[in-house]
Amino acid sequence: MNAASELARVALVGNPNCGKTALFNLLTGSRQKVANYAGVTVERKEGRLRTPGGRPVAVLDLPGAYSLNAASLDEAVTRDLIRGFYPGEPAPDLLVCVVDATNLRLHLRFVLEVRGLGRPMVVALNMMDAARRRGIEIDVDTLARELGVPVVETVAVRRDGARDLLAQLDAIGGATQQPRQALPGAGDPGVDPGAALHAETRRLLALAVAMPRRTAAVDDALDRWLLHPVFGLLALALVMFLVFQAVYAWATPLMDAIEAATGWLGATVGATLPEGPLRGLLVDGVIAGLGGVVVFLPQILILFAFILALEESGYLPRAAFLLDRGMAAAGLSGRSFIPLLSSFACAVPGIMSTRSIQDPRDRLATILVAPLMTCSARLPVYALLIGAFIPPRAVGWFNLQGLVLFSLYVAAILSALAVAWVMKRWRRDRGEHPLLLELPSYRLPHLRDVAIGLWERALIFLKRVGGIILALTILLWVLLNVPAGVGIEDTLAGRIGRALAVLFEPLGFDWRISIALIPTMAAREVMVSSLATVYAVAAANDDAASDVLRGMIAQDWSVATGIALLAWFIYAPQCISTLATIRRETHSWKQTAFATGYLFGLAYLVAFVAYRIALAMGLG
Amino acid sequence: MTLVQLPRRTPALVDAVLDQTPNDGIAQRLRELGFVAGEQVEVVAAGPVGAEPLLVQIGFTRFALRRAEAARVRLRAPAGAA
Repeated sequence: MNAASELARVALVGNPNCGKTALFNLLTGSRQKVANYAGVTVERKEGRLRTPGGRPVAVLDLPGAYSLNAASLDEAVTRDLIRGFYPGEPAPDLLVCVVDATNLRLHLRFVLEVRGLGRPMVVALNMMDAARRRGIEIDVDTLARELGVPVVETVAVRRDGARDLLAQLDAIGGATQQPRQALPGAGDPGVDPGAALHAETRRLLALAVAMPRRTAAVDDALDRWLLHPVFGLLALALVMFLVFQAVYAWATPLMDAIEAATGWLGATVGATLPEGPLRGLLVDGVIAGLGGVVVFLPQILILFAFILALEESGYLPRAAFLLDRGMAAAGLSGRSFIPLLSSFACAVPGIMSTRSIQDPRDRLATILVAPLMTCSARLPVYALLIGAFIPPRAVGWFNLQGLVLFSLYVAAILSALAVAWVMKRWRRDRGEHPLLLELPSYRLPHLRDVAIGLWERALIFLKRVGGIILALTILLWVLLNVPAGVGIEDTLAGRIGRALAVLFEPLGFDWRISIALIPTMAAREVMVSSLATVYAVAAANDDAASDVLRGMIAQDWSVATGIALLAWFIYAPQCISTLATIRRETHSWKQTAFATGYLFGLAYLVAFVAYRIALAMGLG
Repeated sequence: MTLVQLPRRTPALVDAVLDQTPNDGIAQRLRELGFVAGEQVEVVAAGPVGAEPLLVQIGFTRFALRRAEAARVRLRAPAGAA
């Protein structure tokens, strides 16, 4: 067997938030999501690298675990995989046990637990830069000698931060395997194995680590204010409000530029091509439809810039701490906060990240209300409707449009709390649900990481625009033009829309809105491109002056209809990928049907009530 | 005395984590997080409503614990109190 050319399998294991994924990205050149809280990685991820010695290595990134005695689904993945019990996956050739050098008391305990498995391993002392800044001195040689395994220093956020680790990977399968020492007292009847681990951890710390103080001074100072019962809540409210104002105020110049560019492109293409179906498809279908969606890219990126910076800072678990009591009263938990917040980007990763919630009932409740969080795909729809129906008036210090957007988000959050509360009452649940949440050290977000995160988001968004949204837009345009030569209401799309409108009439939705709702099952932002296509085709047929979509719907719909459609999109039950994710994560058709049913019910009910109230107020 | 009764920002030593039910998973996890005999512990802050949850410093790490969780942690009597 030629050890130097054979693919070696290496797994990164360790406590949550010790930087395994950052190290994985550095080693393999991947761009997996990293953030500053426990439980970012909930699945195994695999990447490849070649060591300096030319050896191919498959690297597995595993969810963090406090102990091999797994308390949640993500910890169970790690436990099974490193023991070789994971289906279809042999035990790794080498375990790289990653520890946060600033948090050794907690993390060394897990190292000792893993060492007890008797598998080849290396310890990577990560975040050594942060440890040095805090004046923490670690005697690496002593630590390696006492542990009986190689110990290397790493800095996962620095380009050459894994050099020593790579050198260790070259030596896999060589003669470096040390005999395991049994812990003193371990295995004796009557001695708690946990106590033996702690005694050994303390001995190692006393021998090899000198710490000037137990916590970072900046953490103490920030926590004093940010977790203060009054100032803490004020700060949280301010942060959230700032995000929404920024999404509206900062994006406008960029959006105007994109709108002007698509308008110019449509006019140029329209003037160049001869009259005919191709020109119609390009100008009214593709350019009008896609331009209508792309214009919202700046808003989505601003929202993500805030979310990414908050994730990196370590603030999110603090927000969870502040909100835990209130969320528990509603049948959720502080642990639900981060999955729900990431659902503001998209419910699919939000629902997956609930795997780090230990309590099964808290997890289910979080999954079921996650689709209510206003995902970024709804933002274009909101922005279009608010732009068309809400005047940009100043209200005190704020912009009325920003206020309406904010209240839509608040309405969604209140609905989620109400739904969770009803589910809790329904189950008559009196059991104890643990919180046990680690609050990490604060960290300044790296500009580069945020920039990469935004770039990835922009690519994902543009790929959706160029893929599914383009396909659906073309399909809709075809349906709007078949059969040829009839009025738009007698085309295939017109007939389908009019049939659906019977159902949606009570909400004030006409056939155009009804037909535009169908393709939103694939992606909610398609609402915008669909409406753009419907109206562009209609305008071309009517020889009416072409205007931006916002102006056309403002003219064509009553304010009451606009408000009802906004209300519908608070619940927006029609996202197929969200429902598929609920099915996959709960393994239950019953729960999936429940989620679908309550979302549709609420959407219909609230849109109906909003429409009737608006009519009564004379906004018809 | 348990961790719930410990005044804010007063260091104390853990005596033991007590199981409240047979095979108490929460108590087990607390021990794994470092709540073991002789370890220094401190309540750093408390949540805004009903002082729930508590922010507890153990070792070099901070955890948010609900009061019911913190009540499982029994503390040693302070050295001078006897």
